[in-house]
Amino acid sequence: MMENREDSELAALIKHKADYFEAPQDLRGRVSRMLTPTPVVPERASRWLVWRQWWGVGAAFAMGVMLSVAVTSLRGLPASQDRLIEQVLDSHVRSLMVAHLSDIASSDQHTVKPWLSSHLDFSPPVADLASAGFPLLGGRMDYLEGRAVAALVYQRHLHTINVFVWPLRDKPSGAPVSATRRGFNLKSWDKNGMQFWAVSDIQSAELDKFETLLREQSGL
Amino acid sequence: MTEQAQQFEAVALSYLNAAYNLARWLVRDEQVAQDMVQEAYLRALKYRESFRGGDMRPWLLGIVRNTCYTWLQQSKQREDQVEFDEERDSENCELIFGQTESNPETLAMRKQESLHLNQSINALPAVFREVLILRELEELSYDDIAVVAAIPVGTVMSRLSRARAMLRAALQRGEIV
Repeated sequence: MMENREDSELAALIKHKADYFEAPQDLRGRVSRMLTPTPVVPERASRWLVWRQWWGVGAAFAMGVMLSVAVTSLRGLPASQDRLIEQVLDSHVRSLMVAHLSDIASSDQHTVKPWLSSHLDFSPPVADLASAGFPLLGGRMDYLEGRAVAALVYQRHLHTINVFVWPLRDKPSGAPVSATRRGFNLKSWDKNGMQFWAVSDIQSAELDKFETLLREQSGL
Repeated sequence: MTEQAQQFEAVALSYLNAAYNLARWLVRDEQVAQDMVQEAYLRALKYRESFRGGDMRPWLLGIVRNTCYTWLQQSKQREDQVEFDEERDSENCELIFGQTESNPETLAMRKQESLHLNQSINALPAVFREVLILRELEELSYDDIAVVAAIPVGTVMSRLSRARAMLRAALQRGEIV
């Protein structure tokens, strides 16, 4: 079909003036959890199972979830730790997928840190590790373990590293974790009352190096 | 989860905005649109075997569309049954827009224009609304639109042409809503 000038004008008008409805964040979260079932799913599932006709699908999901719980439990980590690993991993993957890495895109730690402090009820340590080959890309807010957390974004060559930071409060964090899931490496540690989770697809040894650098230079 | 499954899910998730935009324009309600998208993604998971590879977007949007139509029918919104009057609606209308200058005075007018445009699109029957949205906002090819709407490519073209004519007429009729 030939599109004439009038059609092109109308097309431009629609493109620029009509609403484009982007998926709301909570829908994205729900669909994302639905697509990648984690051990959290059974509780959350009850909300979308209100559609009765989907009981069958729900049951199939529950089976899948139970299986995945069974499999992951074999690795010998406490269930809460395991759930957190999956949450951290999901957040990392989501940040890459939706092209929403940074709320504040800056390689300047003195820009990123105040921004995060002003949006959170704590002030996460932010270090620029560019000289060591891990440039800071920015930071954003994320949500883990039922609370708002800081996510710092670093780069290693073409790989992205997300570092999630939040205060420990009175809850003990458990032993440091070093894990590999779905091809991603994860590490957790505590320092000065903060819990750190680093996740990336870089090699485990590289992530170790990154952790060491960050611990040394995070200004604490 | 296998790697293949992961990939399916990653690709499906990357079309979430397109899915929601289509659903939102079809059902014209934020909450219903969210429900539609969630239900459509459940269906997509359930029938993932019927996806034969290639571009997932038209396949996925087709499921979203069908989910929305089921809801539209159930809620007795039979608007797409409205008779289309070729003579009346295909008049060669002058565009009322296009002369807008980019000076600050026109800002308020532009806002009004957007509102009016949205309302005019929303007033179109669903079968015309969807081809416009898929073509102009999602920039799908005619072939892909044909897959989404389950109609021949020729029908896509004629519907698109009618949709444009109807929209032009609506825009001209209600210069100020």
